[in-house]
Amino acid sequence: VQESFGNQSFRMERKTIDLEQGWDYMQTGITKLKRILEGLPEPQFDSEQYMMLYTTIYNMCTQKPPHDYSQQLYDKYREAFEEYINSTVLPALKEKHDEYMLRELVKRWSNHKVMVRWLSRFFYYLDRYFIARRSLPPLNEVGLTCFRDRVYNELHSKVKDAVIALVDKEREGEQIDRALLKNVLDIYVEIGMGQMERYEVDFESFMLLDSASYYSRKASSWIQEDSCPDYMLKSEECLKKERERVAHYLHSSSEPKLVEKVQHELLVVYANQLLEKEHSGCRALLRDDKVDDLSRMYRLYHKIAKGLEPVANIFKQHVTAEGNALVQQAEDTATNQAANTASVQEQVLIRKVIELHDKYMVYVVECFQNHTLFHKALKEAFEIFCNKTVAGSSSAELLATFCDNILKKGGSEKLSDEAIEDTLEKVVKLLAYISDKDLFAEFYRKKLARRLLFDRSANDDHERSILTKLKQQCGGQFTSKMEGMVTDLTLARENQTSFEEYLGNNPAANPGIDLTVTVLTTGFWPSYKSFDINLPSEMVKCVEVFKGFYETKTKHRKLTWIYSLGTCHLNGKFDHKPIELVVSTYQAAVLLLFNTTDKLSYNDILTQLNLSHEDLVRLLHSLSCARYKILVKEPSTKTVSQTDSFEFNAKFTDRMRRIKIPLPPVDERKKVVEDVDKDRRYAIDAAIVRIMKSRKVLGHQQLVSECVEQLSRMFKPDIKAIKKRMEDLITRDYLERDKENANMFRYLA
Amino acid sequence: MRRSSAASKKKSDSITSSTTDLFRSGPSKATSKEMDRIDHLFNQYANTSSNLIDPEGIEELCSNLQVPHTDIRILMLAWKMKAEKQGYFTQEEWRRGLKALRADTLSKLKKALPELEKEVRRQSNFADFYAYAFRYCLTEEKQKSIDIETICQLLDIVMGSTFRAQVDYFVEYLKIQNDYKVINMDQWMGFYRFCNEISFPEMTEYNPELAWPLVLDSFVEWISEKQA
Repeated sequence: VQESFGNQSFRMERKTIDLEQGWDYMQTGITKLKRILEGLPEPQFDSEQYMMLYTTIYNMCTQKPPHDYSQQLYDKYREAFEEYINSTVLPALKEKHDEYMLRELVKRWSNHKVMVRWLSRFFYYLDRYFIARRSLPPLNEVGLTCFRDRVYNELHSKVKDAVIALVDKEREGEQIDRALLKNVLDIYVEIGMGQMERYEVDFESFMLLDSASYYSRKASSWIQEDSCPDYMLKSEECLKKERERVAHYLHSSSEPKLVEKVQHELLVVYANQLLEKEHSGCRALLRDDKVDDLSRMYRLYHKIAKGLEPVANIFKQHVTAEGNALVQQAEDTATNQAANTASVQEQVLIRKVIELHDKYMVYVVECFQNHTLFHKALKEAFEIFCNKTVAGSSSAELLATFCDNILKKGGSEKLSDEAIEDTLEKVVKLLAYISDKDLFAEFYRKKLARRLLFDRSANDDHERSILTKLKQQCGGQFTSKMEGMVTDLTLARENQTSFEEYLGNNPAANPGIDLTVTVLTTGFWPSYKSFDINLPSEMVKCVEVFKGFYETKTKHRKLTWIYSLGTCHLNGKFDHKPIELVVSTYQAAVLLLFNTTDKLSYNDILTQLNLSHEDLVRLLHSLSCARYKILVKEPSTKTVSQTDSFEFNAKFTDRMRRIKIPLPPVDERKKVVEDVDKDRRYAIDAAIVRIMKSRKVLGHQQLVSECVEQLSRMFKPDIKAIKKRMEDLITRDYLERDKENANMFRYLA
Repeated sequence: MRRSSAASKKKSDSITSSTTDLFRSGPSKATSKEMDRIDHLFNQYANTSSNLIDPEGIEELCSNLQVPHTDIRILMLAWKMKAEKQGYFTQEEWRRGLKALRADTLSKLKKALPELEKEVRRQSNFADFYAYAFRYCLTEEKQKSIDIETICQLLDIVMGSTFRAQVDYFVEYLKIQNDYKVINMDQWMGFYRFCNEISFPEMTEYNPELAWPLVLDSFVEWISEKQA
């Protein structure tokens, strides 16, 4: 009888345990364990029993041969499981089905694990030395492998079917036992013993197939019945539920795969039909400003590779259509109405385009989460319709006129400073979409000149502000001339002060008329026609005096007088009352002739002033056939002809004490376009030479495309124009065509 | 009289000048007697004070050769001579040309013309001749382009027999268009390439995105519009 096991009894001679004998003893333990597992009334193992069992194994393994029974015990260990499985476990499982089977399986697996745990504790000694020595699988593994080979392999397919059936049931809205499924699927994972292969191959692959076909069926009927928003709602809901499913009982690694399948069936397969649905698809949603639905659309398609491309495309088409409609509207209104109201419509167009931009930018930022695809779509859409001509005016011109209207006096005085700043900001942003930026610059410059020279600028700060914005957007070169113009005006004011001082110090030089001169730096300002009109003597003196003053400041500059831009205040001594007339210098020159003579013929005036017919007719018309008839024309027809004669209209009067007699504006458009075309020719020449100088030899197509790219910041060069310039450069010996390859060009130093 | 191949290497004043002779006999091989005859012929047409054959002389030469004054063969002769100035042949140029043609009498010269034509029309020579024809018409020192009317005539002379259709259409186009008042060498050569590379009147191979001169782009466009 052995009393204690804690103390070493090695000094004592151990009694050899016979295999059969020992195994019988072990069997009692195993049976006890089985009874516990079966739920039969059986007390738990106490530590004494446990130690006995453990020691029995220990002894049988450490006995001297031929009584070292390690191998046999190892085999019997496995056989214990096999026996139990075959006799009890498997039959219990096989007689059940569906959910019942699943429950049984979970129970049996749990039991099995307990059994493995306990038996491997009993047989632990084998794990310590025997298995390592023989490179055999450890006890734990042996135990699990038994279950795998005998139970799992038999049943996994049936189990999988049962699980999937429950999943589909849940999908149809029924409640299922999620915890049960989780436990079942854990078996697949655990049975893999470190690898996910069993789970993936025996369950997941089937589950994915089933899910795909489930959603394929659903999708095919939903796509027929549901509107796009409803379909998207359902899809979103489905995806949400599937994610929940994973969280609750599938393995987490299934999530991306399952989501991909669901997305594919619901959103990819039917993408086209969904987006293009007649009354509720993407186009309709944009049309009806369904922001929420579009946001959902973005969320859904964002995760799908290239999923957003068709959406962005429809967005682009929609915006383009809206923009084109605005342009067409303006065009139609312009052709139907008289000229002056048409220009108002054009200004309305710009406002509407700005609003359109604001509206859809909100979509890009909010619905479409600032995604680059949508920024690009918006940009491309605007580039399409922002470059259309309306009633003969290019968009560049319209935009410049729009700016002029904001910046000039009487233009937008009702708007707050903030609103003006905001509008200017938006206008500059629109400029980015216009390809003929150089054309805009030229129109802007012309109108700026007019505002500056005729004191029609409403607010200096706004003038500077827009120039800063333009500079930021288009670079310093774009605004350098304009900035020069603004500076000139500032300097001109200082200059005027000096001039007045000079006159004060030289009373003899005083011309007797208040004279203000603005000196413009050539190059900054647009070019103006200036030719020698025969000025009245009073004005001649003014010119001389100023020249004298100017020479005291610098001898290196030449002054060229631009009388066409001058303004004159005359006192008209009419019979009724004197009225101050604000006229152009030319008009003044005409009127002053009547100081010495009462009546003059057209030809008299022509000869005396030395003007062209075109100019003279315009002048005389403004003074005799327009609103204020300062001169009486004989005969009093509506237009001026070369046989007419003119007389001072002493009877003229008006309720105002000062009136402005405007000259009809000359159409500057033609000249601007000509000037810009000329500048473009130089720009193209320069670009070609620059490129060829650095590359030395280049193929035609490459040269053209590099040229286009270099110039794209200012305008989109016509391919024909580039070819023409190249031809010219060939004639001027800057380039030559390669002798062997007619498509290559060479730079000639 | 038959000759052995060995004997044909020697100088001969046989009237028949074979093709091979034209190749092998270069200027360096003329005898002094030949040169005298060549000079003698020169003097018959040259203006005594300037010592050049001037337009009048050329006209006379043409009538003696029984070749129209505006015939391409005269231009070919000028090419052979590498004559620099239109309407004039210098003595050096005359010598050069006639030596190369092995022609020291008028009748030999006349008989040499068909062979000359064949030589010029060889693919390897024609491009050179075509370019030469353009340069030949540049009369002023810094002149780079030729007026439309002259070009039209020149095209007719130089390319009329080989590319009749193209020349007729192009000439018609040049006369009605307003973009160009003159044609430069690059455009001139472009037309030659056009005739050789592009089928006419289908013009399917023509691609305006390549480096064809713009005038040809417009020409092709004009034809397409006409055909539509």
